[in-house]
Amino acid sequence: MSTKRVVTATINGTDSTLIVDDRMSLLDALRDAAGLTGTKEGCLTGDCGACSVIMNGRLVDSCLVMAPEAEGAIIETVEGLAQGNDLHPLQKRFLEHAALQCGVCTPGFLVAAKDLLDRNPEPTDDEVRYWLAGNLCRCTGYDKILRAVHDAAADLRSSSR
Amino acid sequence: MKPLEYHAPGALDDAVRLSAEAGASPLAGGTDLIVQHRMGRVEVAHMVDLKKIPELNVLEFDKKSGLRLGAAVPCAALAECEPIGRLYPSLLEGAELIGSTQIQSRASVGGNLCNGSPAADTICALIVLDAVCVIQGANGSREVAAKDFMTGPGETALNKGELLVEIRVPPPAPLSGNGYLRFIPRNEMDIAVVCVAAHLVFDKDRETCLDAKIAVGAAAPTPLLVEQAGRALIGSKLDEPALKAAAQAASKAVRPIDDARGTAEYRRHMAGVLTRRAVGMAVNRFKESG
Repeated sequence: MSTKRVVTATINGTDSTLIVDDRMSLLDALRDAAGLTGTKEGCLTGDCGACSVIMNGRLVDSCLVMAPEAEGAIIETVEGLAQGNDLHPLQKRFLEHAALQCGVCTPGFLVAAKDLLDRNPEPTDDEVRYWLAGNLCRCTGYDKILRAVHDAAADLRSSSR
Repeated sequence: MKPLEYHAPGALDDAVRLSAEAGASPLAGGTDLIVQHRMGRVEVAHMVDLKKIPELNVLEFDKKSGLRLGAAVPCAALAECEPIGRLYPSLLEGAELIGSTQIQSRASVGGNLCNGSPAADTICALIVLDAVCVIQGANGSREVAAKDFMTGPGETALNKGELLVEIRVPPPAPLSGNGYLRFIPRNEMDIAVVCVAAHLVFDKDRETCLDAKIAVGAAAPTPLLVEQAGRALIGSKLDEPALKAAAQAASKAVRPIDDARGTAEYRRHMAGVLTRRAVGMAVNRFKESG
C-alpha cells in the first residue's frame, strides 16, 4: 500500500493543503492535486525543464521532487507570475518576441528566467544561456527567448529605479 | 505503479535504521534515484529522505580542519560558500558541471559519490584533495578515503544500511593549486568521456613541485588516483619531460572501455591530454592565488 498524506505548502503565496500519494512527484501534486496545470510534464528525467518551479528559493524540476518533500515548502509556479490581469514583464516580452510556438516549454522558461532575474538583474548573454541550459525548446529555438529575457530584464531594472 | 512509502527522519539514527530495511533507499537530491526508480532500474519500496537531518546539511569551513560538506547539501550551495571556489576550485568545477541549474539545486556531492558512476564529476577533485568520507552505520561511524569510496560501476564502500554523512576535505597547502576538467563532445549537459583532477603543491621557490596528485575518471571501473603520474611531477619544475611522463603514466594506468561516448583507445589518449591540461589549470590557480 502506498501512503496517502496531507501536504501543506505555500504555493504562489497561498497556504495550500494537498492530498498526495507517496508515489507522486511534486509535478503530479501541482497539476492533479492543486489544479495548477501551468507547470508542464516533458521528459520526466530532469532533462527538459518544462516542469520547472521555484522551491524554497531554488529552481528545480518538479518531476524530480517527490510530492511529500513539499511539506512546509514555499513554491512558486508560472501561475504566480502575473498579478491578476497584469502580465509579468517576462510574459509580455515572450509574447512580443513570439518566443514560443507550441508553448509546452514556455512555463518552465518563464519560471527559470524569473529565478535568474531575481538573482541577477543584468545577466550577460552567456549567463542567460547557461542558466537556461536545462530548459529545452523544440520549436522556436533559443534566440527569441534570449532576446525576450534581456528585454524583460531591462524592463524590471527600469521599473525598480 | 508499485507501492512506495516516503520517510523524512529528522535524526541520523532513525535514517540509518530505516535505510537498513528491505527495499529502502536513501534520498538526497533524487536526481539519480528518482530517475532510476521511474525507469525501473532500481526497486524502491521506501524512500528515506536525508535532507531533514542536520548532520547531512553541514557546510562549513575552518582554516585548520578544512571543509565539512554534508552529504545532502545541494551542489548549488557550494558556489555560495566563499572559501570553496577559492581553495577548492576543482570541487566547485565538478559540482557546477553536474546537469543544469535545476539539477544543481537538488543534486548533492554526496549523492554523486553514492551513485557510484566512474564518470562522476566531483569524485576526482575529492580524491586529489585527500577528502575523507564519513560513514554512519548501526554500529557506529567509520571513515573511508575518497579514493577508496567507489569500488566498481554503481558500487561503493557503503554496506547496506550505512549512510554517507559528510565529506571532509583538509585545507589545501598554502602554496598549492588544484583544478578539474572533463572532455565532452559538446559544451554542457553531458557525461564525461574522460575527466581529470590535479592538485599541486609548490616549494618556496614557487616553481618546484613538492607534491602532486592526479585522478582520472570515466576511464576505468572506478575513478583512479594515478600515483605514477603524481610521482612524475614531484621534484620537477613541471617542464616538458615531467609533463610528458605524467601524461604517459595516466594513459598507461587507465583501463577504459568502448562505449557510446568514446573508444577505449581515445579515452586512453585523452587521459594523457587532460592530465597535462589539469596540471596547467592547477599551476594557473597557484599563480593567481599570489
